[in-house]
Amino acid sequence: MKYKHSKTNRAIRLADIPELSITELSGALEKACISGKRVIGFFGDTKDEGRVRVYSILADDDASEILIASCVFTAGEKYRSLTATVPQMHMFERELYEQTGIIPEGHPWLKPLRSGGSYEFFKSTGEEMHEVAVGPVHAGIIEPGHFRFICAGERIEHLEIRLGFQRRGVEKQFEKSSGRQMPALAESVCGDTSAGHAVAYASVLEALSGADVPRRAHVVRAIALELERAAMHAGGLGAIANDIAYLMGNAVCGANRTTLINTSLLISGSRFGRGLVRPGGVVYDIDAEKAALTARSTVEAAARIGEMAEEMFSAASVMSRLQQTGIVTKEDAVSLGLTGFTARACGVPIDSRSDHPSGAYKYYPVTKLTMDSGDVFARAYLRHLELQQSACLITEMCESIPAGKITDKCDVLMPEAIAISIVEGWRGGIVYAGITDKNGTIRRLKIKDPSFNNWFGLALAVRGNGISDFPLCNKSFDLSYCGNDL
Amino acid sequence: MFDILKIRWKHGRQYIPDLKKAAVAKEFRGFPVITAVDKLTFDPAEVCPAAAIGTSPVSVDMGKCIFCGDCERACKNNEIKFSNRHKMAADAAKNMIITAGISAEMYEKEAVRCRREIKKIFGRSLKFRQVSAGGCNGCELELNACSNVNFDMGRFGIEFTASPRHSDGVVITGPVTKNMAHALLETYNAIPEPKIVIAAGACAISGGIFGEAEEISREFFKDHKVDLYVPGCPIHPLTFINGILRLIGR
Repeated sequence: MKYKHSKTNRAIRLADIPELSITELSGALEKACISGKRVIGFFGDTKDEGRVRVYSILADDDASEILIASCVFTAGEKYRSLTATVPQMHMFERELYEQTGIIPEGHPWLKPLRSGGSYEFFKSTGEEMHEVAVGPVHAGIIEPGHFRFICAGERIEHLEIRLGFQRRGVEKQFEKSSGRQMPALAESVCGDTSAGHAVAYASVLEALSGADVPRRAHVVRAIALELERAAMHAGGLGAIANDIAYLMGNAVCGANRTTLINTSLLISGSRFGRGLVRPGGVVYDIDAEKAALTARSTVEAAARIGEMAEEMFSAASVMSRLQQTGIVTKEDAVSLGLTGFTARACGVPIDSRSDHPSGAYKYYPVTKLTMDSGDVFARAYLRHLELQQSACLITEMCESIPAGKITDKCDVLMPEAIAISIVEGWRGGIVYAGITDKNGTIRRLKIKDPSFNNWFGLALAVRGNGISDFPLCNKSFDLSYCGNDL
Repeated sequence: MFDILKIRWKHGRQYIPDLKKAAVAKEFRGFPVITAVDKLTFDPAEVCPAAAIGTSPVSVDMGKCIFCGDCERACKNNEIKFSNRHKMAADAAKNMIITAGISAEMYEKEAVRCRREIKKIFGRSLKFRQVSAGGCNGCELELNACSNVNFDMGRFGIEFTASPRHSDGVVITGPVTKNMAHALLETYNAIPEPKIVIAAGACAISGGIFGEAEEISREFFKDHKVDLYVPGCPIHPLTFINGILRLIGR
């Protein structure tokens, strides 16, 4: 094995990371992915004289390990694209090309990922073929993205998703901050996963500074993460109900989502858990009274959503819309590197909370939940189950918050080092990799939101479905635009 | 069928009867109360991620503030405290700059003035097209929440529409990325006259923490007047709804 073995939230000196030739790296990466490792990072860090050190980061879920290796390129250099042999590299190679100019030769789909300007869509012609263009501005209150369908009659033959409209240059902003901690920026990378991104960012800084985050802070963070998961799953279930005109489902989920996010407000002063997580720990404590209140409202909301969901999923009119719609096979899910509940709904048992446990999840183990059918129903039903699981976890944690401080010092970072953090947000694995320069300031921060992996899954899922089912498929994936566009 | 009715009966009333009187939990970070005139016990440039704090005189610009609470914790003499008052909307950018002596009660009375022509045309029915232009989905979720069973903004005839052609104005979220600037303008142009513009959230109002980024384009706001600013990060549904109610004189 040519990769260096590490773990989530551990700092490694840059000098200790193997520097391979691209042939060696490609071979090692291909071999690792055949044996079930997942690509969680493939990005460049620009060094002096236009040279770029490309880091390849893999997750070994069985061994709870992170594998890391690197390769030095000069800007504009070419190498043999890995997408053909390792399809999950598809987006990573496009991103690397866009960010550094290193060309993956033979990449089947080397199109702009985030930049504006000209873009050529795939074309398919035939007597019954027609194109439908949707977006970037959509009919509801959602983020912008462009969808180009090629249909035969009403059946979708192909969907191409063009994103990048939300590009704010977040990674660059972290890098420009010259030593200043930017937790508020992390909370806005993808605003529906504020807690998830904030914990990932804080974990990177804590690993690099060697901060000893108190147990109490870890538990408060996990409660915030689970509240976020429960609330977003409630919102997602409601939206799916709304898309099939099952309005009671939307009403009940909406009302109880309010309860859940107001519980986040109780803890953090923000309905989205913002301002709570800071490098070193958390800034708001959960006292006994708040813990009891949190547990009580969560249990009540989960019970109400639960009975509504069971009622909804037992209605034939609902099931006929959800089942056999938007299917992703397990093989596709694995080869595309899908993550989160989307992957678990296809029977891929990955969940960073138990594969790469960190923080409170070391002490409150999470059982992985999976479904097999990979359709809209599987994704929706799994979210219902995960919501209930989150409620149980929150109750368990609220009943046993360890005593002690809620924060530790986290200021001086280890120079010339990298730390990688994986956090299971409600959508899936969030990966942050932070690289420091010789002064111990963050020189490069690489962010991977789960949406980055999963958008392509949506494009595959809708093939062969009626175009009128697209909103339903889209909602069942519930992906982030800004999380992808950064 | 009977099971659904049973659930409906059991869950009971969900709507908030009076949105104007509704209060949020005391933990909520809303309208900032400032007690210092010209002396802060911390360096705002080091503390505030949004560059929202001014020093002479001491001020908080709610159009930039992301209500993270970092300054509140840095204060040694409670110079800046966030109250849980949520009625923070304003009809002019300068109104949102809060200094010592501006109380929430005073602000709420004066920050949004009802304009006669707006009341006449939109007072009973106001439909919006929403454009997210770099929004992180925080404000978008809260705007969706405005129409849920709790807040039920539709009771006032205020709703979001799918087409700009059916709407009376645009609600903008996000700092406006270069890649969305064109789509935002096109959407705005597709709305029939007369129309109003609402900027929701710190990003839309001022660019927020993304204001300095080169991927952001604020051209739209140079050419178009904003009728209502709704501070927050993200905005609270009550801030949004109450702001509009003031604007249309209800």
